[in-house]
Formats: sequence, structure tokens, C-alpha cells
Amino acid sequence: MRKLEENIFKIIMIACTLIVSSTLFMIVYTIFSKGLGSLNWDMVSKIPEGGFYIGKGGGILNAIIGSLYISIGATILGLVISIPIVIYINIYAKKNSMLTTITRLSYDILFGIPSIVYGAFGFTIMVYMGLKTSLLAGIITVTLLIIPILVRTMDEVVRVVPEDMKNSVYSLGGTRYETAKIVLRQSIPGIITAILLSFGRAIGDAACVLFTAGFTDSIPTSLDQPAATLPLSIFFQLSSPIQEVQNRAYASAVVLTIIVLIVSITAKTASKNLSKNKI
Amino acid sequence: MKNIRLVKDNVFGKIFFTLTILSISTVVFLGIGLYYKSIPLLNNSSLWNLLSSSEWKPFKEAFGFYPFIMGTLWVTAISIVIALPLSLFTAIYLSEYASIRIRKTVLPLIELLSGIPPVLFGVWGVLVIIPIIQDHLAPHFVEFTTGYSVLAGGIVLAIMIFPLIISILIEVFDNVPQELRDASLSVGATKWQTVKKVLLRKSVDGIVAATVLAISRAFGETIAVLMVCGNLAQVPNSIFDSGYPLPALIANNYGEMMSIPMYDSALMFAALLLFVIIFLFNAIARLILFRIEKSNN
Repeated sequence: MRKLEENIFKIIMIACTLIVSSTLFMIVYTIFSKGLGSLNWDMVSKIPEGGFYIGKGGGILNAIIGSLYISIGATILGLVISIPIVIYINIYAKKNSMLTTITRLSYDILFGIPSIVYGAFGFTIMVYMGLKTSLLAGIITVTLLIIPILVRTMDEVVRVVPEDMKNSVYSLGGTRYETAKIVLRQSIPGIITAILLSFGRAIGDAACVLFTAGFTDSIPTSLDQPAATLPLSIFFQLSSPIQEVQNRAYASAVVLTIIVLIVSITAKTASKNLSKNKI
Repeated sequence: MKNIRLVKDNVFGKIFFTLTILSISTVVFLGIGLYYKSIPLLNNSSLWNLLSSSEWKPFKEAFGFYPFIMGTLWVTAISIVIALPLSLFTAIYLSEYASIRIRKTVLPLIELLSGIPPVLFGVWGVLVIIPIIQDHLAPHFVEFTTGYSVLAGGIVLAIMIFPLIISILIEVFDNVPQELRDASLSVGATKWQTVKKVLLRKSVDGIVAATVLAISRAFGETIAVLMVCGNLAQVPNSIFDSGYPLPALIANNYGEMMSIPMYDSALMFAALLLFVIIFLFNAIARLILFRIEKSNN
């Protein structure tokens, strides 16, 4: 009887594991099999021509470039803000002090806040400052969204840098600022993973930029112009009743999938390979 | 020379401190900003009225959020009902039964899944889940459905929250001391009995925290549910009915909100509602997890 129960549950567990691990393949397979047929060079090299959304020629270069601008901009801005925070809570502040605990807890919470709330918040700031939907507003909002990812991921790595290493810098007369530089160099693999993770999140996010970056058929040339993004481009094309346009949505989904998979897989291998030489 | 270094150390310390304080106050700013925009709406009708009324007529300045709240609850409940058992069994298998090799193959797949953008889950839902519900599942139960339903939203959401639940659960299980398992096995319990009587009992807090976090993730998910839920402002009566969750409401109407008075205030109130609920849920869950981690160190 006990043996039977054991076996039944083991089978259930294996089945669940199989279902869970196959979902990734199911999703990628569905998108590729639907979208590859409509994917061609024009799609990724041209901006929409007149009548693109009723099935005429052109491509989604505007969305690809817009997404890259926003994600790269937000990742850089995010790094500039989050590296000092990580240094502060790990090196300057006292270990396990009230402030570090509160900071970590706040970031855990901010990490859970959905992007639509950031989007709505970004929008209120935009209106307050009299800005229009623009690349800049998109970048700022997405930055808010990814700072928690950056801080949490980097904190995890910086936290485990051996105490001895910090102490040896101090014993040579190094200041905390100089220690921070050494510790950061030691944490480069973690920082790279954090960058790639947040880039992946930024490029895939739709709800944030919906409010703030707007949408346009041209490639933005300055920060105050609106910018198109890939997820929104997929979303808009998919809501079209015209088959041709829907097919293009699937093709755009293939483009986004490829970008995201490359970024995630690089993030995984980067953190593995780079940490080989760790002390 | 020495002085410059010390000054540098201090100056950067001050800057870093300010940045830290500023950035954690984002939480506060988020709340205040959204509340500030909701004031006009809250002055216009009572909180209770907003939450319990079903009348949604922006032109008449009637904003009842009840259908949207119910839409969110239905979708979230369905997703948890599907995702929790699946994730629980998977996490138990990966942490207690599976060999290291299997664990090392499956975990990266789950991590990759967590990196897939919501809009792609939406596309997948439209391509796969909607036709299945429309053609195969729903005809057995109801007369007509387009497939765009709270069930579709729940299924898509369930897949989106797998990775979150599983990764937290595995961490929680790893925190259960090995001695407890050994003690149970050594008095003759089977592995499953050990899991049931020791592991799960020891991890109740962690499972609750994982569930709460998953609920709050499902609550706020936007684009994917927007694509598959049908977006009808009605209170769903069955899993095959269309629903209109709060995030979808916000995302769908941002274009018109500036042209109708009070509309923007209403949408920002919806965002505030999401923020407050998710903030509380997250805070509770994180405190539980924090306590578990602390008690083990």
C-alpha cells in the first residue's frame, strides 16, 4: 500500500515536471511554426510603408530599433543608479543594519510591482512635467522597472564576495571606496548576468512603454520623439482582422523570441564561464 | 594625498547613501503619485461605491470597478488552481527525487521560461489555448463561446507564474535541514511519506509565501491577459465567460482617457488599487521568506 502510494505520486511528479519543462518548447515551437513562414528580410530591414497595417509592404525595423534604444538606454541608466546602491548596502553600510534590511526588502517588493503600475506612474510623472510620449519617457519608466532586477541580481553576487578579501584591502590602508572597486571587479560575471537579465526584461516589456513611449512608424532620431517597441508592434498587428497583418505579428514574435533567447542563454553561459576563475 | 582619498571616500559615500534612500522611496512616490491622480475620482464617489458598483459608463462619469475586480479574481484564482499543484509536484520532484543531472537540465528551462516576454505568452494563448477551448473544451459545457475567456487567461497566467513558484519552493525545500529527512527515513518511512509528513509540514510558511507572490504576479500581468480574456465588462459566471481584469482595463483605455473627464483619474485609481494590493501581498510574502532564511542561518 505504501509502495503503491509512493509510485503513484512519483508518476504524478514526473508528469508535472515534464509538463512544466515542455511549456518552453511548446511556446517557442508554436511561435516559430506560425511565424517563420512570414519572416523575410524586408520585415527586419524596412520601416512600415504606407498601408502597412492593412497588409501593404514594409517591415518592423522601427519597432526593433525603438526597442533596442529603450532597452539599452534603460539598462545603462539603471546601472548608473543601481551599482552605487549595491555598493552602499554591501560596503558602506554596516552589515545587517536596519537600512540594508529595509533596502533589500523594498527591492524585493519593488520587484513584484507589475509593469502596468510603473507605466501608469510614469505617465502621471510625464503629465506632471508636461512631457509627451517619447523615447526619454519610455527609457525613464523602463529604468524604474529594471532597477529592482539589477539591484537584486548584483546584490546576490556582491554579497558573497569573501569578507577576507575586503579585509585585506582595508588592512593595506584602502578606503571603502577603493574596496568597492576591488569588490566590483570580482563581481563582473554577476554584473554581466544582471545586465543581460534586465535587458531581456526591458525589451520584452509592453505595459510600461504603452503609456510612455507611444508608437510611431518612423525611427526616433531624438529623445523627445515617440518610439515604437517590438511587443507593442506584435500586439497591434495581432489585433488586426487582416490575415496578412496577423502573419506579420507572428513573424515579429519570432524576432522577439530569437532576441530574448539569445540574451537569456548568453546570460546563463556568461555567468557560468566567467566565474570559473573566481578565487 | 591621503586627504584626497579620504574625501573621495566620504563624498562617494554620501552620494551613494542619497541614491539608496531616493531609490527606495520610489515605493512611496509610486503610492503618492497614483493617489494624487485618483483624488478627483475619490472626491466624486465613495470608495465603497467604486468597488461595489457594476456600472461602467465613462461618459456619465459612472465608474464601477466591480466587474473588473471580479475579472481579476477569476483569472488569478484559475491560474493559481492550475499552477500551484503542478509547481508543487515539480518542485518536490526536483528537490527530493531527481538526480543532479535532471535538475540541471530542467531548472535552466524553467529559468528561460521566466525570461519569455508576456506578449509572447499572449500570442501562444491566442494560437493554441483559444482554439482548444473554443473547439474542444467549451462545447461540452456551454452553448457558445469565442474561446476568449477567463479560463484562457488563467491557463496562460499559470504558465507565466510556474517559474516564480518553482524557484521559490525549491529554495524553501533546500532550507529544510537534511537531518529531518534522514530521521524520518531511518524509522522506516517511505520517501513520499517523508515528503508529506516532514518536508511539506516544515515548509508550510514557504509554500504560503510562494503562493502569495504568485497571486500578486498574476494580479498585475497585463498584456497576456489582455490578449486572451475577451475584455467584456461583465462579472464572469463561469470559466468560459469573458472577463476584463483591471490591468487589461488600464492598458486598453489609455488612449481615450485624456479626452473624457475623470477617465484618467479612474484608470489611475485602478493602478492604485493594483499597487496597494500587490504591495501588501509582496510585503507579507517577503517577510515570511525573510524569516525562514533568518531562522536557518
